[in-house]
This record gives sequence, structure tokens and C-alpha cells, in this order.
Amino acid sequence: MRYDRQITLDEVGVSGQEKLRNSSVLIVGVGGLGCPAAQYLVGAGVGKIGLMDHDKVSISNLHRQVLYNESDIGKSKALVAHEKLQQLNSEIEIVAIEEALSTENAEKLFSQYDLILDGTDNFETKYLINDACILADKPWVYASIYKNEGQLSVFNYQDGPSYRCLFPKITRQNVSCEATGVLGVVPGIFGMFQAMEALKIILGVGNVLLGKLKLSNLLTGSEQILKLQKREEEIEKIKREGIIPVKIECKINDASKLYLDIREIFEQPRVTSEKVIQIPMSVLDERLWEIPKEEEVFVFCQSGKRSKKVVELLKAEFGYENLKNVEGGIETIISNS
Amino acid sequence: MKVTIKYFGMIAETVGKSGEVLDLGPGVSVQKLKDQQTKKYQIADPEAVQIAVNQDLNTNSELKEGDEVAFLPPFAGG
Repeated sequence: MRYDRQITLDEVGVSGQEKLRNSSVLIVGVGGLGCPAAQYLVGAGVGKIGLMDHDKVSISNLHRQVLYNESDIGKSKALVAHEKLQQLNSEIEIVAIEEALSTENAEKLFSQYDLILDGTDNFETKYLINDACILADKPWVYASIYKNEGQLSVFNYQDGPSYRCLFPKITRQNVSCEATGVLGVVPGIFGMFQAMEALKIILGVGNVLLGKLKLSNLLTGSEQILKLQKREEEIEKIKREGIIPVKIECKINDASKLYLDIREIFEQPRVTSEKVIQIPMSVLDERLWEIPKEEEVFVFCQSGKRSKKVVELLKAEFGYENLKNVEGGIETIISNS
Repeated sequence: MKVTIKYFGMIAETVGKSGEVLDLGPGVSVQKLKDQQTKKYQIADPEAVQIAVNQDLNTNSELKEGDEVAFLPPFAGG
């Protein structure tokens, strides 16, 4: 039998397996955290799993998102993950959602699942998950990575604290794994920690990280569990006012220059300034006329790679001699404070 | 009065170490220690940094001998 090895456990048993079969989990972000979490929850027989991601597989994902193959590059993460995971377990329902989470779709979507697993990599979406979970009255399993370190907790569960209780003041520092670097194992381990918390909640066993924040540095081996403080006013505010969108906008260090941002609109953090022309690479062809030829323009993307190609291409094919690539991408030209 | 400080995430990088032991005068509040350290090391976005004393984030009292103080930044990678 497929689930024999877990049904044997006292914590699962036949009744626990039934609980898993009748449960549903929405995984928001099928990346470094979401992939491993999804694989193990599918394996365990969670009855319905939603896989939400608007992103496509890229080659720089493969070192940590090992669910995907080289042949998946350029394809929708949600669709590829759906197809592969359904092969792992054909008995459960898997739903691919190729959309970004938004203030419009979050609450309604969350109401269709028992719990939410956060596989995202930016503050905006984490606060959005938090607020929508409060409104839809759903628990969520949180994790975040910075290099070799991770944070893990369960929010909005059994009257416990929320993410806004932990970080009421919204930071302006938004750095992703793409920008700082990460060993694939680190989100891998934390994604599995998240899957374990999800299973404990569904099965009603063990000690859920409720009201606690686990901190773990996988390089040094040091680990701490901090006690969280519940801030009623943060939770009440959301119940009263609904989702409070978080938009982290950064300022350009040197606003005397003119910039061209070729990142897609979902790429964070956004920079809004009249000195920044925003033309996503996907629509660059149609909007070339917006780029001036007579003054120096600094072209940037997330890391500096795509913008380098764009600078070369526009010079070779359209005669733009005035474009300069921003090495190191967005992080090198914005101010964090 | 000695307290042990632990730095997490990018704060540890800014400070250049994962922790230190400080000898403080009596009657130093958590907030004062936070202000002092964020100024000394120019820790970015101090308002978003959370402080735990003896593994508890619910803190606003004065520090005492032997306390362990954690400086916790938000981060969002995945």
C-alpha cells in the first residue's frame, strides 16, 4: 500500500491518513521553498494541493528547485510542477494556478484551502498572505531565507500571532536569494520544515511552531526558538480595514542619471522615479521609441545579466550608442534606507 | 553588568560577527542598547529590527546581568 510506512506510525494511522486525504494546502510560490514542500505533501497524500506561481523556470533556479529539469526552462512553474507531481501521486487533486497573488484574488482563493504554505521570496507577498489569512481565517506556514539562515513559524493559527505581530514595521530592505546567493539545500530544508508543520497541523499531532519563531543557521549549526509577542492591534486593524497592501519602493542613489528598467513588472523591489523609464524586456520591441538616443541611459535588470544583453542588442541592431549596463543590477543603484 | 548579544541575518554581516559580550552600566533598557548598537554599527533600517531578550520577543524592560539579547532583522528570501 502506498501509505503503509506512515500509517504504521501512531501519529498517523488509518484515521490520520483519512485526515490527510480530506485536507487541502495552497502553496504560494513553487520555488526554493515551495518545491520540496509540495513534493513531500503530495507524497504524503494531502487530498488537494494548489500550486500557485506566475513565474517561469529559469536555469538559475535549477540548483535549488530540483523538481524542475533543464527541459523545463521557459515553461510555467505551476504547470510543470503540476504535471510532475501528479505523476508522483495520481490519487490526489492538484491544481495549477498561473497567477500572481494579489489583493483581489487572495482572500477568495485562500477560502478554498485549509492552510496556506508560504513559498514566496518578498515582503509584499508575505504581508499579503498574512492579511488574507486573517480575513479568510486560515493558518499559514511561514519561512524565509537569508543566505545560510532561515526563519520558520506558523501564523494565524489557534488564535496565535500573525506576521505583522513579528514585524509590525515594514522594512525597506528587500533582498532575494537571486540577489544575495544561497545554497540550494537551505531553502530545501526549510521547505521541508514547512511541510512538517503543515502535516502536524492537519494530523493534530506534535508541537506546532505556534507563537514561536525558529531561527536556524545551517552553516554554523546554531539554532534558537524565540517566543513571539501577539499584537492584537495589528490583527484587529486587518479585520477592520481589510488587506493593507505593502509596496516597498526604493530610491535611486543617483537621481541625476536617466535609467531604463527592463525587468518584468512583478520583479521586486520596484523603483518609481521620473528618472526611470520602465519597459519590461518582454515588450521592449514595441516600445523602443520611448528610449532616448541623445542622452546617456543606464539600463538595469535584477542582476545585470539581461540588461547587458539588451545594451548589446540595442546597440548592434538599433544603433543605440548611449546605453550603459548597470553591473550587479538593481541592488547596486538603490538606497536601502 | 554583562549581556550577550547575538546578531542575525544581514545584521551579523554589517557588524562583522555573530555575537559579542558587552559590559554595560546598570539600568540600561532594551531600547537604549538597541539604539546604541544600531548607531555604533550603522545597522540599516533599525525600526524594522526586532529584539528578543532571553528568547522572548516581548521585551521592554531593563536589562539584567547575564541576559541574552538577539538582534533580528526581517528577511524574505526563498
